[in-house]
Parts: sequence; C-alpha cells; structure tokens
Amino acid sequence: MNRQLLTYLAAIVLIAILPAVGGYPVFIMKVMCYALFACAFNLLLGYTGLLSFGHAAFLGLAAYACGQSLAVWGWPTLAGLLFGAAAAGMLGLIFGILSIRRSGIYFAMITLALAQMLFFYFLQAPFTGGEDGLQGIPRGSILGLDLGRDIHLYYVVMLIFVLGYALIWRTVHSPFGQALKAIRENEARMISLGYDVERFKLLAFVLSATLAGLAGATKALVFVSATLSDATWQMSGMVILMTLIGGMGTLTGPVLGAVIVVALENKVGDFGRFMMNLTGIEWFRVLGESVTIVIGLIFILCVMAFRRGLVGEWLHRRH
Amino acid sequence: MTELFGVPVQALFGQLLLGLVNGSFYAILSLGLAVIFGLLNIINFAHGALYMLGAFGAWMGLQYFGLSYWAMLVLAPVIVGLFGMLLERLLLRRLYKLDPLYGLLLTFGLTLLIEGLFRSFYGVSGQPYSTPPLLQGGVDLGFMYLPLYRIWVVVASVLACLLTWLAIEKTRMGALLRAGTENPKLVEAFGVNVPLMISLTFGLGVGLAGFAGVLAAPILQVSPLMGSNLIIVVFAVVVIGGMGSILGSIVTGLGLGVVEGLAKVFWPQASSTVVFIAMVIVLLVRPAGLFGKES
Repeated sequence: MNRQLLTYLAAIVLIAILPAVGGYPVFIMKVMCYALFACAFNLLLGYTGLLSFGHAAFLGLAAYACGQSLAVWGWPTLAGLLFGAAAAGMLGLIFGILSIRRSGIYFAMITLALAQMLFFYFLQAPFTGGEDGLQGIPRGSILGLDLGRDIHLYYVVMLIFVLGYALIWRTVHSPFGQALKAIRENEARMISLGYDVERFKLLAFVLSATLAGLAGATKALVFVSATLSDATWQMSGMVILMTLIGGMGTLTGPVLGAVIVVALENKVGDFGRFMMNLTGIEWFRVLGESVTIVIGLIFILCVMAFRRGLVGEWLHRRH
Repeated sequence: MTELFGVPVQALFGQLLLGLVNGSFYAILSLGLAVIFGLLNIINFAHGALYMLGAFGAWMGLQYFGLSYWAMLVLAPVIVGLFGMLLERLLLRRLYKLDPLYGLLLTFGLTLLIEGLFRSFYGVSGQPYSTPPLLQGGVDLGFMYLPLYRIWVVVASVLACLLTWLAIEKTRMGALLRAGTENPKLVEAFGVNVPLMISLTFGLGVGLAGFAGVLAAPILQVSPLMGSNLIIVVFAVVVIGGMGSILGSIVTGLGLGVVEGLAKVFWPQASSTVVFIAMVIVLLVRPAGLFGKES
C-alpha cells in the first residue's frame, strides 16, 4: 500500500516539474483533461460493466455551461467549473434514469441516441454559437491567481486532475465500488442478494457523468472555447478507445490511453510523412492525413488481439 | 383545398412523402440489424457504413464501368453482402464467445476505417447521381406533385422488407434460421452447417443495407458521411420498435419517417430530434419497445 502511495506521489511530482523541463503546458493540460474524462468513463465501463456510447454529451454540456457562466453571466472561475460539473451531473441523472431501463447492448444504443439528440439541440440552440462554438471564455482567477498565464492554469488543472483521480480511486476501493464490480460480474446474483442494482448503476452513472463534466469544464478553460466537436459521437468513440488501449477496469489504464490517443492525434501527420520518406510508399501520407483511419485501425486491433489493454496486459503478466 | 391545419397541402403531402422515403430507409436498415442481432447477438455499427458503400457502389459502377442504376441495384447489394461475409469470417467470428459489446466496438472501428478511407479519396462533399431515366418526372395529382422516383423508393423498400419476411417465415432456410436464433447448438446437432448459416445471415443483413444505399443514391448526395448520420437514428428506431418482430421493424421504421416528415411541417426545429424524443417517451412508457418482448 505504501509503495502505491509513493508511486503516486512520484507521479504527481513528475507532472509538476514537466513544464520546467520543457513540457508544453497546453498539451499536458489537454492530456490531463482527457485523462480525467477517460477515468470517469472507465468507472462505468471498467468497474460497472456499462458501455456508455454517449459520454461526449457530458463533456460537451459542461464545456458550454462553464463557458456560458463565465463569458455571459460573469461568474467567478471556480463557480463556473463547479456549475459545468453540476450540469453534467444533472444530465447524467436524466440519461441514467432513461438508459438503465434497458441493459447490455440496448444501453449502449440508448446512450448514443440520447447524446446525439443533445448534439442536434446544441447545433440549433442560440447559446452555443452553432458551428463556431463559444469563443473567448475568460479564464479569470482563483484565489488571486491569474489564470490568464498558462503556467498558473497548469497547476490548477493538475490539482483538478489529481483530486478527480483520487475520488475515483476512493470510489473503486470503497464498499460501493466493490458492489459495482460485483454487479459487473454477476448482476442476477446481486439482485438475489437483495442489492438494489438499478440504484447502484444510477449512482455510478451520475458520478461518472459529473466527473466527465468536470473534465469538460476544465477543457473549456484551457482552450478558452467550447465547441460542437466536444459533443459528437466521434468524441464518445475516442474516450472508449482511450480506455480500451490503456486497459478497462484498471485505474491507470485510461490515463495512459489518453496520453497515447492525444499524442497520436498530434503526431500522426508527422509519422505518416516520416514513413513515406522512409519507405517511399505514398499511401503512408494518406494514412497520416486521416486520424480517423488510424483510430479505426487501432480500434480493430485492440478488440481483436489486445482486449486487456496495455496496463491490463502488464498486470496480467505480473501475476 | 389548398390549406390544411394552416399549412399548404402541397408542402404537407410533399413532406409526408419525404418522410415515407426516409422511413423506408429506417425500415430496411433496422430490419437488417434485427436479423443480424437475432442470430449473431451483435449490433452492427458498420451498418451505416455499408449502406454508404451501397450508394458509392452505384456511383462507382456508373462512373468507372458505365453500369446502369438497374444493374447496380442488383450488383451493389451482392458485393456489399459478400464484403460483409468476408468481415464476418475474418473478424466477427472470433468474438462470438465474448461479451456482445466487443462486436459493437469492432464494427465501430470498422465504420471509422471505411469512412476514413472514403473521406481520404472522395472528400466530404457529396457526389451527384442522377435519377434513372425510367423514373424521372412525376404525376400531378391536382393537389400535389408526385415524383416517380420517391414512390419507387417506398415501393421497392417495402417489397424488399416483405420478401425478407417471407423468406424468414415461410421457407425452409428461414425456418432453420429461426431455429438457429432460438438454439444454435441444437440446430448444429441436426447436421446443419451453422457457421455457414451465420455468414449468410450477416451477408443478407448487410446486403439489405447496400440495397438501401443504392436506392438513396439519386435522392441524397453520395457522401462518405451519409451512413453514420443515419445509423444513430436507426439505433433509436430499433430501441423504439424492439428487435422482436420483422413486421414491427417495418411499421416502426415507416411510422417514424412519417412522424419526422410531419415535424418538418409543424415544428421544424425539432425535426432532427423527434425520433429521439419518441425514443425517450417509449422508454418511459414501455421500456421493452413497442414490439419487443420483456426479457
């Protein structure tokens, strides 16, 4: 137990000094936002066995809610962040009540359809700015710390990420988390033991949505904008991929997955050009220009041959 | 009679017909999904991408080989069906023993791959495909103008759905398929080649999607993204109808198309969300779906 704590402390110190040793703050903040998003998603898929195909809705709604409260209503930054997370939590309650009525594959289809409904609403609603999105969200300050400077915001984002991660860690290791895992393994037995399974699922769903919202609100602050792309089904697919690559049902897996997917998005063009120059095959350039193709291929590869994910595979080998 | 409920009759019936056309696509696609789900226990996310392949098949046939609409109406579904069987043999087959969610994730990856490839080669803007000469023009009914091609789409789709229904309910092959849905182990013990039957069923299901794609080519722009926009609505249709009955799929698909058409006239802002709203209501009132069985 102490070794785990030491590892986590070392990881926090490492994140804290990254900008000082040449890490690009905005890039790392982006990774942390997605990592929190993926961890929140994993709480549902990895620990409760529910595949939500609509988690982008929570990311997107929280980004708009945070942006609206800061840019239009002029709220303080901290209130905006909390408002974003709370809005996503409320939405999670509504989506959860509806989707938990069906299980398995239907659950996935319902969450996807609900998220798409919200996407179409965002497309038309006046406050989202339609295709342009919400631009110029003021970062403001927290406790007198001017967040306009990237490096100041960096440590706030780091704090949010660490707290969010700690909450998920605490949840997974609590009796509540044990009950969730038991539901994942054998729902019928849990019902026969007298557990109110639907209540547990709903609580997990709302918690996951709230944390996904916190990630979305933070992301809006980092990029000073909230856009439609946060609420698309492609984004829902992206968070599934992050969790799958890293290892669903592992705590660190989604974090690693987020690092890989974000790095991939940024670097795939360079990689394609590099491979083309190396091999002389023109097709690599096409591959580099289309993140979608690369993501699709990785998806197929992960599902076919690599279902435990990186961290899952590592844990499996060690035991 | 030029107005009904304060709306020009022309516009009302025009949108109703357009709704029926969209409803036909919902019906064919949800039927294919249901047939596949019955035997394979997999929700095929790539159904939309394969529908797009059907439309592109029609366009490519004309563009590169000079093949007419009618030739492609037969050829494209067969090609898409064979492609689907290939996917089933190479990839999906290895996932049957696992949680069905993996099938959904795999076909999601396939969708991204197929769409990404087409986007790289053809861009996002649509390719125009003209209506076949035989079906150009329309009939003036006095109170509205009836374009022939749209009528054809509705008739052809309903026919395709009914033929599928007959094939499943009234033929020996269909009886085996239904038996396989109930208990594949037992059917295999009777000497039926169940793996082959599964391949053929998947081929049939995605072939229907390819057929719908060809039908859609002259109406909608042939674009790489046409499938993914549709498939999510079709998922909602499947949730509303339940996957228990074939006739249920047809009725639900056409009905929701009409509802969408009416929404375009009376409540345009909600026309893109009305199917999802219907899904929410059905989930609240009858969670198993209109034609579904409570499990």
